[in-house]
Amino acid sequence: MSNPTDLKYTASHEWVKLETDGSVTVGITQHAQELLGDMVFVEAPEVGRKMQAGEECAVVESVKAAADVYAPIAGEVTAANGQLGDAPEQINSDPYGAWIFKMKPDNSADLGKLMDAAAYQAHVDSEAH
Amino acid sequence: MTLKQTPLNAAHRAMGAKMVDFGGWDMPVNYGSQIEEHHQVRKDCGMFDVSHMRVVDAKGGGVRTFLRYLLANNADKLTVPGKALYSAMLRPNGGVIDDLIIYFMSEQWFRIVVNAGTADKDIAWMQEQAATHAPNLTITSRDDLAMVAIQGPNARAKVWQVLPQIKAATEGLVNFQAADCGEYFVARTGYTGEDGFEVMLPKEKVEAFWYDLNKAGVKPIGLGARDTLRLEAGMNLYGQDMDESVGPLESGLGWTVDLKSERDFIGKAALLDNPPTKKLVGLVLLDRGVLRAHQQVVTAHGDGEITSGTFSPTLERSIALARVPNGVTVGDTVQVAIRDKLLNAQVVKYPFARNGRSCL
Repeated sequence: MSNPTDLKYTASHEWVKLETDGSVTVGITQHAQELLGDMVFVEAPEVGRKMQAGEECAVVESVKAAADVYAPIAGEVTAANGQLGDAPEQINSDPYGAWIFKMKPDNSADLGKLMDAAAYQAHVDSEAH
Repeated sequence: MTLKQTPLNAAHRAMGAKMVDFGGWDMPVNYGSQIEEHHQVRKDCGMFDVSHMRVVDAKGGGVRTFLRYLLANNADKLTVPGKALYSAMLRPNGGVIDDLIIYFMSEQWFRIVVNAGTADKDIAWMQEQAATHAPNLTITSRDDLAMVAIQGPNARAKVWQVLPQIKAATEGLVNFQAADCGEYFVARTGYTGEDGFEVMLPKEKVEAFWYDLNKAGVKPIGLGARDTLRLEAGMNLYGQDMDESVGPLESGLGWTVDLKSERDFIGKAALLDNPPTKKLVGLVLLDRGVLRAHQQVVTAHGDGEITSGTFSPTLERSIALARVPNGVTVGDTVQVAIRDKLLNAQVVKYPFARNGRSCL
């Protein structure tokens, strides 16, 4: 599965989608779910929480390990994907559909600091060596 | 450091395994979905490469007498040829050097299977003890052998399909018994809580055996599912649930330690002098989350610690083994510190699941 080109990416393997209303949606990448394996638990951030870029804000746990999910940019949490509570495996089957939380950015321009699909792929390839 | 490889390394890669560094060995953690592999073993059967584990042969007159002294469990329990016994091997201070299985083949030959990560120190310890107590024994590391575990309700039938020549010699084996079938040493043992065989065979034969099993419909299972299967089955993992810093009585292994007979064994005096203040219990998480090793357990009798924790695919909730103060009893609710929260867990008697279903 290739990484969608309409998304932005972080070095810590979150994907970030800018929605038409100016909010952003966040999940973890195909590469991240593959590293973690079968997902069994997701702890999403509280709605209303204000976060700085890089702050730990959610946890995804596979059978194998727990991994932190980081806020890709500064902003406030506006929604959490409740469906993942009962079906965390959606992250494995559809990593770019199974979003974890949505946020309202403090400054949309911050998105420009994130990687595009090609840069992210290069980042993944470099971590493999 | 270069990782060690089993003779099945190329086969794992060809079957799409995700390989990881497992104690210095390049081993398959899964071949896709760890949870599917887990269910495969509980419901049908699967095969595991356990060639990293070490087979040791102890041969010579007096081998039984030596093992009676070397091990915490009593080799005298073995009276029928082929029968196996699980035991801890202790330091004089009672710390666990390793847990292992011995197979009584004859009064001249016991076979011992030890863990991969401890094999070198185990053999050094055995040889050191033998030099003093049984100088006529030979203790040989069988580096020429590979080992495959085939586990699950249909495992034995699949092995017989692939190796029809061993069926007659192995169909009468009871649980925890082995037969020496020439090149194939076949034991009705395992680490999953399911029926099945562990087959030891010459390294150069193992790749063909593996592919033949696969052609017969046996799926490869990685170390990830091996861990969730053994934890559901309530089996200890050396280095995690016990090690040289704790004794067997604090590690849920009291049933394997014979303190009542007259027999002396290495570590016995220390165990008698130091009654345990902690014990190993099972935990089932009542809240949502996943129990993991080293999380703190808060109880009315003081704190404990999780030694192994995971998500149980059979129970569809998180389970753990935890070392807790002796006062904790089955049925108690305790708290586990997970990140910034205290979550509720119930103390249960384990195993959690065996033979395809929950034991709770």
